[in-house]
Amino acid sequence: MLNIKDLRVNLEDENKEILKGVDLTVDAGKVHAIMGPNGSGKSTLSYVLSGKEGYEVTHGSIVLNDSDILEMEPEERAAAGLFLAFQYPVEIPGVGNMTFLRTAVNAQRKARGEKEISATDFLKQVRERASSLQIDAEMLKRPVNVGFSGGEKKRNEILQMAMLEPKMCILDETDSGLDVDAMKLVAKGVNSLRDNGRGFLVITHYQRLLDHIKPDVVHIMADGKIVKSGGPELALEVENNGYSDILSEVA
Amino acid sequence: MALEQQNFNPIENAKSQLKNHNRGWSQKSRESALIRLSSIGLPNHRDEYWKYTNPAELLTNDLHGLAVTDHEEANVFAEVDALKIIFCDGIFKPDLSDEFLSDNISINRLADKGDLHWAQNYYGALEKHSHTPVARPLAALNTATASDGVLIHVKGNIDKPILILGLQNVQAEATLHHIIKIDPGCSLTLLESGSFATKLNTVMEVFLEKGANFEHVRTQGKDHDRVAATHIFSDIKENAKFKSFTLTANGILTRNECVLNLSGDDCVAHVAGASVGDGKTFHHDDTVFITHDAVACESRQVFKKVLRNGATGVFQGKILVKEGAQKTDGYQISQSLLLDDDSQFLAKPELEIYADDVACSHGSTSGAIDEQALFYLCSRGISRNDATDMLTLAFLAEAVEEIENKNVANIIVEKISAWLSRRKN
Repeated sequence: MLNIKDLRVNLEDENKEILKGVDLTVDAGKVHAIMGPNGSGKSTLSYVLSGKEGYEVTHGSIVLNDSDILEMEPEERAAAGLFLAFQYPVEIPGVGNMTFLRTAVNAQRKARGEKEISATDFLKQVRERASSLQIDAEMLKRPVNVGFSGGEKKRNEILQMAMLEPKMCILDETDSGLDVDAMKLVAKGVNSLRDNGRGFLVITHYQRLLDHIKPDVVHIMADGKIVKSGGPELALEVENNGYSDILSEVA
Repeated sequence: MALEQQNFNPIENAKSQLKNHNRGWSQKSRESALIRLSSIGLPNHRDEYWKYTNPAELLTNDLHGLAVTDHEEANVFAEVDALKIIFCDGIFKPDLSDEFLSDNISINRLADKGDLHWAQNYYGALEKHSHTPVARPLAALNTATASDGVLIHVKGNIDKPILILGLQNVQAEATLHHIIKIDPGCSLTLLESGSFATKLNTVMEVFLEKGANFEHVRTQGKDHDRVAATHIFSDIKENAKFKSFTLTANGILTRNECVLNLSGDDCVAHVAGASVGDGKTFHHDDTVFITHDAVACESRQVFKKVLRNGATGVFQGKILVKEGAQKTDGYQISQSLLLDDDSQFLAKPELEIYADDVACSHGSTSGAIDEQALFYLCSRGISRNDATDMLTLAFLAEAVEEIENKNVANIIVEKISAWLSRRKN
């Protein structure tokens, strides 16, 4: 599904290397988690994957289902099946949430050469998927993320994911700023999207999200590289001993 | 010929026009407007209120723009069931216009001379008092020389909006002067669309009696070569409500002035504008002067401009709160969205307050498109162009929301979307 090879990335403005050779393969149907201390490059990896400006890829490749996505614009990557649930979802005053969702769904369909979704089918789908995330009609009507609480913003991200049905989902610290109940709700939404054709990359600081979204593989990232990979037990090790033990072990 | 054009003097031209044509009931008002104009003089780039907009183009008799002959495009409000009054190249077209048969409204034309007329005491009356503290020479010139215009007196309920449509067939200059008088408790929705002429000078004087309600929605369309100076004057009595919205795209030079006098207690005045400018030749100027001269009145100015490829936007807006105009609620916002480094927005917000119990706020901003928001939209599969259009529409929304008639507001939104998306083709 997703294949990252020796990815090296500089911050465009300051010629500083942030990712120093990342290798990662996520197969369809699998959930991979990336954990790591602050500043290890986890969020940068998610931005580079989704095509945000400001980063210069100096080496390596990212392949999504046989396509080299480094050559693609963010919207082309989205149409190819990549989705990033933002750590900080952006507020967009003046753009209605529903309008936004429908425009996005149809833009992707168009890019893939598919027919636009009919208004009634769209409404039906949104209502169904929103209600399982406890997103009410009022939230759907409001401008995108404007005045949403932290939890509402994250649920709105998952709703977008549910509507766009991506193949490869990246969740960037989706648990940050969530209380336990909100986290369970978000995790439930994510779990309902798990299937054999879809890959997940869950980026998080803490093990607690992984109690609810059970990973197949856990990676530890430090100083721009994946330094250790293992099963779910690796996340527990981090939870119990912190990162320092693992980092000193690999150093 | 070239020399003649260089020496063209609008004041002298107005003098000879008035000498050679008797305009019937409006003659006296025209002569006094000419005297006013002679004493205040023509606008000059050095004048305080013409600092950001060079009036030279508005003062020549040189027509270099091309006529916009796409009549379908001219009528943005084709879907609205409205009573149509149609001008072509500044000349009234009775065969294209609708007939009005109602006791509740009388509609006449300025060009109908006659001797006695209900509009006699209204023609030029607001323009006359608008010159202090800021002179409006082009409005005085209009009063002196207007060739035609619509005179509307609303006396009862009318169920349809009135649409003044300005078509073009040939390169022409037009000077139109409209009078709107709305009796106590009556309402009118007035729509305006079309380019009217290559060079246009319009004045609209709006008299709102107690509890009268006026909604004005105007589009100044995609005609690239338009040179226009427009003035809207209104005197707003007790409990009356004035609303005006203008959508502008393209044009070489557009100066829209709005001068409102809130003279009755508890009245409301909202004036808004959305403009979309593309290219170095685009220059759009909104100049607003709102005087609060009564208690507990509300005024709002909402102006939004989207500028790209070297376009220029100007906003000069003033709220004057006179002594005794307590409980005034004044709001003014002017914002520009600059889509590149070449475009510029010049804003001069002013407040002058002589009462002590008022709430007035004003703000002015210039900004680029929000890159974070753009990336967010693109990451969901929306193309950069479409995402930019969505954010542009969102930026203009606060101005468009000033339109009370939701049907008309939707038409305006569709029009803006169409104009934005056509740019990409």
